Amino acid sequence: MKATRTVIEPQSNFSLRLHELWQYRELFYFFTWRDIKVKYKQTYLGILWSIIQPLFLMLLFTLVFARHFSPVSNSIDYKSFVLSALILWTLFYSATSHAAESIITQVSIIKKIYFPRLIIIGSAILTALFDFFVAFIIFLLFCIFFRQHISWQAIFLFPAGILMILLSAFGIGSLLAALNVKFRDFRYALPFLLQLLFFSSQVVYPLKDIEQPWLKQALSLNPVNGAIEIFRGALTLEFDLQVIFTGLFMAIVLCISGLIYFRKTEAYFADLA
Amino acid sequence: MEPAIIIENLSKQFKKGATNAPYLSLRDVITKAFQKKTKNEAESLFWALKDINLQIEPGERIGIIGRNGAGKSTLLKIISRITPPTKGRVIFEGRVASLLEVGTGFHPELTGRENIYLNGSILGLQKAEITKKLDEIIDFSGVENFIDTPLKHYSSGMELRLAFSVAAHLEPEILLIDEVLAVGDIEFQKKCLGKMEEVSQKEGRTILFVSHNLEAVLKLCDKGLWLKSGKVKMYDDIDKVVSAYIDDSNEEATFKYAGKNDFSKAICILEGWIKASNTIPNMVEVGEPLIIQMKIAVNEIKKFSFEVLIRDSRREPLLFLPVGLAHGKEHTLSKGEYVVTITTMLPFLTKDRYFIDLITADTNKSYIHYLESAVYFEMGGKVLESTNFEYTANQRMGKILLTEAIKVEINEL
Repeated sequence: MKATRTVIEPQSNFSLRLHELWQYRELFYFFTWRDIKVKYKQTYLGILWSIIQPLFLMLLFTLVFARHFSPVSNSIDYKSFVLSALILWTLFYSATSHAAESIITQVSIIKKIYFPRLIIIGSAILTALFDFFVAFIIFLLFCIFFRQHISWQAIFLFPAGILMILLSAFGIGSLLAALNVKFRDFRYALPFLLQLLFFSSQVVYPLKDIEQPWLKQALSLNPVNGAIEIFRGALTLEFDLQVIFTGLFMAIVLCISGLIYFRKTEAYFADLA
Repeated sequence: MEPAIIIENLSKQFKKGATNAPYLSLRDVITKAFQKKTKNEAESLFWALKDINLQIEPGERIGIIGRNGAGKSTLLKIISRITPPTKGRVIFEGRVASLLEVGTGFHPELTGRENIYLNGSILGLQKAEITKKLDEIIDFSGVENFIDTPLKHYSSGMELRLAFSVAAHLEPEILLIDEVLAVGDIEFQKKCLGKMEEVSQKEGRTILFVSHNLEAVLKLCDKGLWLKSGKVKMYDDIDKVVSAYIDDSNEEATFKYAGKNDFSKAICILEGWIKASNTIPNMVEVGEPLIIQMKIAVNEIKKFSFEVLIRDSRREPLLFLPVGLAHGKEHTLSKGEYVVTITTMLPFLTKDRYFIDLITADTNKSYIHYLESAVYFEMGGKVLESTNFEYTANQRMGKILLTEAIKVEINEL
């Protein structure tokens, strides 16, 4: 094996150092593998937990709200309407919260050894994505069982919605994770922020029912709304392009700013944490 | 042959007080933004390392010595890329590993085998490499019967053996060892030192070894790097560096802590000295009491006690005086400056030079102010005037002589 040359210098120019991330790809895999493995050790239901929560919430929301919002649309009933959004929200929720907490919970490793810290964020999100796929499969079975129509456009609509969620979760997660190292305030702000995002997302209610245009515009700044719009579009084939593009714009802005801030501060994590 | 490590103008700046509260609260930042920038801001910065220039050849074993806070650990942290330098650079080829990392990332819920993969991967091994060495690692660890049991059921000794076994199969080009920070039992530290000897002598790897144990440094290293206040004081053959270091420490034996009160320490030790009982300064004869005096400043009213640690001339801890415990109570003093006198009778120590750590500690036994090797004294070595027996170090009789409470019984069979 040829020895690689390493040069340690003060951080000067901003760089994404993607090459380095590629070098550490195995660690990325091992962190994700560990998180998934540890998460379901000593549980009886194991991976089923990833769907139990959205299913029960769906049941509750359907019982309470269904008559207020029905008919939501001709092509979808309320329970599919809620469940499709809930599994996507659960992905966003667990990816964001795990990513935001990830750096401070792994501080003992960070203080002892070097690797690109972005791997920790990435594997937190990948772990959430793994859970999502289990829930997603059950969601598909659910749709078949209740004869919920899924259009063929789902082939690209589903991945697009998921991707948008991942971009947003990565952006917010990496930003909060880096801020958390320096200011522990963000640790306490996180549950509040997620709650705020949940109630401003069109999980329980359809966004199109909102009458005030300014409120609708404000709500579409929440990128989760755009993602749900795309994802649920595979069932309804109704799209509000303004919601989608505002959300997409926000997702990209969040992703880039999170990435830049994280990359700029990560070298000092060991000093500050 | 190219040098193994090149260090050019390496400097690292820290903020003072940053160690007390490593993270900030948002409120602090906001209130600071409204305050005027004071001069203190510039004064609170200090250089943990300043303009270090070194070339280390492949296969060299460097012992890094110096007082606490001289920058030894910071240097290792920069080389292992945990913390970035402020200025300058380090260039090296190959993999760097440190024995500090032993067991990093071990997870109690995973089995021994799974932890080998996880830990190995964190330490920089490829999955294929780990698979290749797996049998060897398990063999070396001696826990093969439990290798598929979750780590939480391991004893701490087993866990350590497994961790060490992974680290031992890393085969890095450059090995960093920080004994000062190495936690774990004596057996573990011994194992580290043993491994280090093996690695350096058989495999010819480059080693950087930070230690306060001058004997270990002399034994294991061929070159010495003496850091003083973040600068290279000396870089030469290990014998020369160690003896110069010892001489230098001796000169500083009557000690003044920066000459002034440090208000960040609740109970600050300002000066320390040995009260001479005869004409020779810092000389203590056997049978005479050792009188340690210090000037302290009480900046905060709280319960505290004194502790004294006596080290031999190699700076190995030798005797500990929990003054607070022996005294049976802690002190609470109002603000101001005081002179403290601690008197004790030492056992017969070999004729040599001894160093004293002066410590103020709080009720939880955590240190308020810790001054390592602050003062020294010389033992005369005369045991009894009548016998004219002089107890000196080169007589291979250990370091402490016990003359009282010895009982001999001889029974005929």
